[in-house]
Amino acid sequence: MKKNNVILQTTAKVTFFIIFLFSIHIFFAGHFAPGGGFVGGLLTTGAIVLLLLAFDLETVQATLPFNFTVVIGIGLLLSLGTAAGSILFNVPFFTHAFAHFDLPLFGDTELHTAMIFDSGVYLVVVGAAITIIQSIGGDE
Amino acid sequence: MILVANIIIALFMLVGVFFTVVTVVGILRLPDVYTRAHAASKSATLGVLGILIGVFLHFWWIKGHFSIQLLLGSVFLFITSPVGGHLMSRAAYMSGVKPTELTVGDDLAEAIGEQKSHEEE
Repeated sequence: MKKNNVILQTTAKVTFFIIFLFSIHIFFAGHFAPGGGFVGGLLTTGAIVLLLLAFDLETVQATLPFNFTVVIGIGLLLSLGTAAGSILFNVPFFTHAFAHFDLPLFGDTELHTAMIFDSGVYLVVVGAAITIIQSIGGDE
Repeated sequence: MILVANIIIALFMLVGVFFTVVTVVGILRLPDVYTRAHAASKSATLGVLGILIGVFLHFWWIKGHFSIQLLLGSVFLFITSPVGGHLMSRAAYMSGVKPTELTVGDDLAEAIGEQKSHEEE
């Protein structure tokens, strides 16, 4: 029998953006509120898994044409690069730096190198979780 | 002023807790999957929605903190919870769970039979 998934697919399309935006919010709020790279990455994975449940694997892979093993590599490079970059400034490994900037739309913003490390964690979590789910869920 | 705010917040909370209790009683007492899904998806949504709105108003009026996450959570719950109920009862129907003896009509069986005969042609 042909599956009639209109309700699930329409809801998945709407809720995907809510979950994805909330994961971005959780990721950026991580420094001063609960959240951070790990939770944000897991929430993004949850949003993509919702798309995987509503549509099939080929559709989602065509929509998000990333090789997620490469995403893991990029994330590890970002984290390691942030940690190693402190050596260039003659301070111990993993020393972070921050400063206040006056950005046009955000006003006085504190930019911190821990954010770059966190985005590395985010990419590793998303890449690893999606790779696991794609390799378990795939038929071939 | 604080008293009026507290009364409104408590009303939302009480409505929420009442409908959550109604959900539990419905799941325990109703006869089959479909009536239980009816109880669970509708009144649980309203119950949690009432509690979320109560918490949101408490943080907005008493603590002075406008929490956009609680509003987003209630919208999200309002979208997803009925769809979850729909998918569960549809999955139960497709895997052959019989409705209760009191059922009068079954229109979905006719629709599925028509579709099957169309595919065989």
